[in-house]
Amino acid sequence: MTSTTIAQPASAPLRFETSPDQYRHWRFEVDGAIARLSMDVQENEGLRSDYQLKLNSYDMSVDRELADAIHRLRFEHPGVRVLVVESAQQGVFCAGANIHMLGTSSHAFKVNFCKFTNETRLYLEAMAEECGVHTICAVSGPCAGGGYELALACDEIILKDDGNTTVSLPEVPLLGVLPGTGGLTRLVDKRKVRRDLADVFSTVAEGIKGRRAEQWNLVDKSVPSSKFAQYVDDRAKEFAQAEGPRGRTSDEAAVVLPPLDGTREDGVVRHKYVSLELDGRIGTIVVKGPDAPPPPDAAAARALGSELWHLRMARELDDILLDLRFNHLDVGTLILRTEGDAAQVLAHDAFLESNAENDWFVFEVKAKLIRVLKRLDITARSVFALIEPDSCFSGSLFELTLAGDRSYMLDDPDHPVSVELSSLNRGPLPMANGLSRLETRFLGAPETLEAALAHEGPWDARGAEDAGVVTLSPDDIDWEDEIRIAIEERASLSPDALTGMEANIRFAGPETLETKIFGRLSAWQNWIFQRPNAVGEHGALTLYGRPERPVFDWKRT
Amino acid sequence: MGNVDLNARIPNNVGLKEDRRLQRALEAWQPGFIDWWMEMGPEGFQADQIYLRTAVDVGRDGWAHFEHVKMPDYRWGIFMSPMEDGRVIPCGDFFGQPAWQQVPGEYRNMLRRIIVTQADTEPASVEQQRLLGQTAPSLYDLRNLFQVNVEEGRHLWAMVYLLHTLFGRDGREEAEDLLRRRSGNEDSPRILGTFNEPVEDWLSFFMFTTFTDRDGKFQLLSLAESALDQLSRTTRFMLTEEAHHMFVGETGVGRVIERAGEVMNELGTEDPDKIRAHGAIDLPTIQKWLNRWFSSSVNLFGGEQSSNAANYFAAGLKGRYKEEKYEDHVALEGAYEMQVPGSGSGGSGKGLITEQVPMRNAMNEVLRDGYVQDCEFVVGRWNRTLEKLERPERMYLPNRRFNREIGIYTGHHFDPEGNPISHEEWEAKKGQWLPSAEDLEFVKSLMKPCLGHGQIASWIAPPKKGINGNPFAWEYVRFDKASVGVGLGAEPSLTG
Repeated sequence: MTSTTIAQPASAPLRFETSPDQYRHWRFEVDGAIARLSMDVQENEGLRSDYQLKLNSYDMSVDRELADAIHRLRFEHPGVRVLVVESAQQGVFCAGANIHMLGTSSHAFKVNFCKFTNETRLYLEAMAEECGVHTICAVSGPCAGGGYELALACDEIILKDDGNTTVSLPEVPLLGVLPGTGGLTRLVDKRKVRRDLADVFSTVAEGIKGRRAEQWNLVDKSVPSSKFAQYVDDRAKEFAQAEGPRGRTSDEAAVVLPPLDGTREDGVVRHKYVSLELDGRIGTIVVKGPDAPPPPDAAAARALGSELWHLRMARELDDILLDLRFNHLDVGTLILRTEGDAAQVLAHDAFLESNAENDWFVFEVKAKLIRVLKRLDITARSVFALIEPDSCFSGSLFELTLAGDRSYMLDDPDHPVSVELSSLNRGPLPMANGLSRLETRFLGAPETLEAALAHEGPWDARGAEDAGVVTLSPDDIDWEDEIRIAIEERASLSPDALTGMEANIRFAGPETLETKIFGRLSAWQNWIFQRPNAVGEHGALTLYGRPERPVFDWKRT
Repeated sequence: MGNVDLNARIPNNVGLKEDRRLQRALEAWQPGFIDWWMEMGPEGFQADQIYLRTAVDVGRDGWAHFEHVKMPDYRWGIFMSPMEDGRVIPCGDFFGQPAWQQVPGEYRNMLRRIIVTQADTEPASVEQQRLLGQTAPSLYDLRNLFQVNVEEGRHLWAMVYLLHTLFGRDGREEAEDLLRRRSGNEDSPRILGTFNEPVEDWLSFFMFTTFTDRDGKFQLLSLAESALDQLSRTTRFMLTEEAHHMFVGETGVGRVIERAGEVMNELGTEDPDKIRAHGAIDLPTIQKWLNRWFSSSVNLFGGEQSSNAANYFAAGLKGRYKEEKYEDHVALEGAYEMQVPGSGSGGSGKGLITEQVPMRNAMNEVLRDGYVQDCEFVVGRWNRTLEKLERPERMYLPNRRFNREIGIYTGHHFDPEGNPISHEEWEAKKGQWLPSAEDLEFVKSLMKPCLGHGQIASWIAPPKKGINGNPFAWEYVRFDKASVGVGLGAEPSLTG
């Protein structure tokens, strides 16, 4: 396990594991059914020492704690019904992502940072529906940019009307970039702020306060200073009474998430079920199937806790995906392999599926699996699954092949390989577009989808290719060459073009708030982040906080 | 309001009679202003006749027109310094271009914020001082208080004029909000911290008019350099009035010091208890008030390193104090050498390190330099009073790092000389440097009205001369009722 909370030099790999006793920037307090996350960013304890996190501005060191807290809340505090997000600093709520950090970070880091913060806000946003946790953002003091986007991800925004507290998205007027964490999308899609008012709001650097913020639906309620704390408390208590879904009742049933105890050496990360091996620009992820049958019932699953195969596997895969994302930028192609007994995977899937609707913990395990698979969906690397002998690409692990860009299945009569669906492939693990990966795969061929869903039992290689559930099933004579060439060819293409191409192809089907944030918003933001008007010598982002004013190239693109 | 006597009722040099848009805006705003004045203006004296100076014109004769007038009938006017032909932008990226006669769209929000922030201080100080009349040490001082109050009211008009004429509906809403906020009110406080601190005693009032109004002077001086011509002209005229406020403060504190010196000489002691027992305020206590109000006011200049300050200067919205004395009006080159607290957890006791800050980002500090120097001169003049009384004691100005709540020194502790000290030392010694509850209680105990002709309270010396050639013992205030005796020992009426 790697301890990760102390500020590290820029070159040190970024790690994501932390725990409340190691938090530097948040106070996480649980009192009965009410949890409070109070932001108290320590200026000098950011990830790098060349910027200061003033005014509760944040960098990755702050956001990974937030992500950890949200994650733990789901497993370790089932008794919580309300989460209040607030500032522990007098006179300021949150100034958003730290500008100097953004201004001095590489483009890749900025994109990855935004991707991670977006994922975290979506996790926060999902808590009401998934865990029956109502989230309240208590805004006291200026709440700008990413600060307001954090508020937007909550179910309810309460604003202190003290003449000083404002909400704002000053990115366009001040920095020449966009709010990068779903701000614009949530403004009009979630809060349904009128587009002309959203237009005014997004160009007024100083923001909007008090009554007008409420009138425009930028916040839910504007409350005078003298009544603010009481109002927030009252609202929290109101929701604290609610019944938790699927037996989420008290913290007594908590499942604690201990640190992952994997090892990292010489380009190999080895967890219990998931490992990563790096070879030049190719990374191979191997996922092992369960080594034991599923627990007999939900209570036994809770007793296993973090050792339950699905949960442990998902956490380990998550860790490896983040490691790849932030620490191995040049690993452009990922190979997915599995090892183990497909029957065990299917048994675990069946357990998960039959208990998720009536047991909160099993449901959380499934939700975690959904989140990790989505993280794989938006991993900006080419992903090929290799389905070979002794693999167990069935059920939830078959989902890995569907998340990837291509899958190759060995067709060798001497070493038969099979894949098989479980009920988890038939809808319970949706993508960001709300559809299952199979539905998305067969958008244009409903009969093929129906046939695949109706198929009982395993497919052999030829059958899988015929059913369209794998890309190609080369025979044992062609296999090695076919795979080598496919990987070498892939690794030779422009990484930028591939990232764009994959992102366009992976998300067919309907748009959701989530797909808009990751697709539309991120694409625009990534473009703007590269443009001279933002990051050129005279760009607005470059010059922010400096004495010179930006000079724009006025041509519209 | 009818056009006929408009200019008489609202003296102005901004063409109010011809400006229908402005008339309409003011018509809507003025009743609210009068309501505000009656509710939040000086408590208990609205029916009395005060010997006030009214500006009726910007010429030399016009702005010093004296008469007895009831405060609600005071003719709040709108004046700007006359337009200068061919005025050019004195600083920033547009240096040398013609000054703006209208607000450029891209700077509208910034300018509005600057004007609203300045404007908010004007009614705030009236609110902070509203109960002081009831404990005035003399009629002369009572009149001076009201003069300051009505002129702060006029400065509010001046700023509202800018909001009304230059900022459309937003400006009108901001003008309404200026009447809605209340000093010290938890739910709608004034914008800046110092203007929410109550001014509860006359020593505080004199310190406030010395130090806080002097911040106002420097802010106005920096706005006088603005690229926006109307803002520059408006603030230049306000500066002529602001000078009187600082006169009231400086001579007020000077007279309290003088009285302390006299009592020390008279009694032949430096023992604060004996001086206090004699009804005067001892010098160490006066020093504590000085420390409190100077350190509070020095916050008003904002952060030492400020991108807002850089933006304002770059755009020419604000300039430096006496911009003309600088050679480089663009200030893109060069750095300001600044002492900043060394980083490290906990902060204090880590010492100071020198940092080079780009000049534009240091503009708040540049302005603060001028202010601190000006304050040093004031303290020097107070010390001359002590010299004349042949007293060895001297007042001092604390270091700008002392007791700060805004800027880079916030959260660190410094002694009045500016040396970093530990939290423990600060806690142990702050009672020696800042007013204690007991000090406040003592000064409050001295605050008794003293409003007979020629009478003066025991803790302050009379002024050298009266107002507008009148003697000190003169009817600066004509009380409305026969039972006027607020000053003669009756309890002041507290109806607020």
